[in-house]
Amino acid sequence: MNNKNGKDIILNRMKLEFLSRSENESFARVAVAAFAAPLDPTVEELTEIKTAVSEAVSNAIIHAYAEAEDGTVTVECMISGDRRVTIIVTDTGIGIEDVVRAREPLYTSKPGEERSGMGFTVMESFMDKLEVESAPDKGTRITMIKNLDYVL
Amino acid sequence: MQIEFEMIDDILIADLDGELDHHTSAVIREEIDKTVDAFHSKHLIFNFEKVTFMDSSGIGVIMGRYNKISLLGGRLVITGCNEYIDRILDMAGIYTITLRIDTVAESIEKLASETNDEEAEGSNE
Repeated sequence: MNNKNGKDIILNRMKLEFLSRSENESFARVAVAAFAAPLDPTVEELTEIKTAVSEAVSNAIIHAYAEAEDGTVTVECMISGDRRVTIIVTDTGIGIEDVVRAREPLYTSKPGEERSGMGFTVMESFMDKLEVESAPDKGTRITMIKNLDYVL
Repeated sequence: MQIEFEMIDDILIADLDGELDHHTSAVIREEIDKTVDAFHSKHLIFNFEKVTFMDSSGIGVIMGRYNKISLLGGRLVITGCNEYIDRILDMAGIYTITLRIDTVAESIEKLASETNDEEAEGSNE
């Protein structure tokens, strides 16, 4: 138990569900940034969170649903007293066969489409923790954690 | 996201304005390719000064334009990036294939001086 100070209690929680339409990429990142705003993140932290959310949601739209616009993407977000932001992005699309390979920098399953293969690398570098759970035809669940700095 | 073009000699300057993500990149890609073809530009300058957000979709856009411009014998210049955009591009190794220059004016100068060097070399032969 590490909640002896009660600092890691969940302060707020939300869940968004939207269609796998690409215009929702900006909606999702702006919504998460607005939700995390009460923790008073720095501009840098906010930019990093927005970028990571954009990558995760874009992956769901491009890869999980192959740009079909009738899939469902879910974004959950929690903020806690220890200044931790947890974001969970879920889809019920085709899933990832080889998660280890998908996470390699520059790897893309769609080489002909000008995809950079840097999505997971950007998420990893901009957030403090990244977990990818996926199974073929079962969908993918991405959990990202960002520990915000304490203002001195 | 909006895009404006300016042509100086054989250099096309693409001024991007707004948020560059997967959603907006499709149109940007198409606009740039159409304009490069229409104006027979050789070099391309990407001006990111007014770009407020970019994720890894931007890398794909740049790599694709690099391939196109390279085939035409030109060079690609990236200018005006904020530190976040810079980090993403650096992560993907974009600066190993393109030039990173602070301002549009310096980029034009650099490309023009290279063109002059080439012409000088040509006249010596």
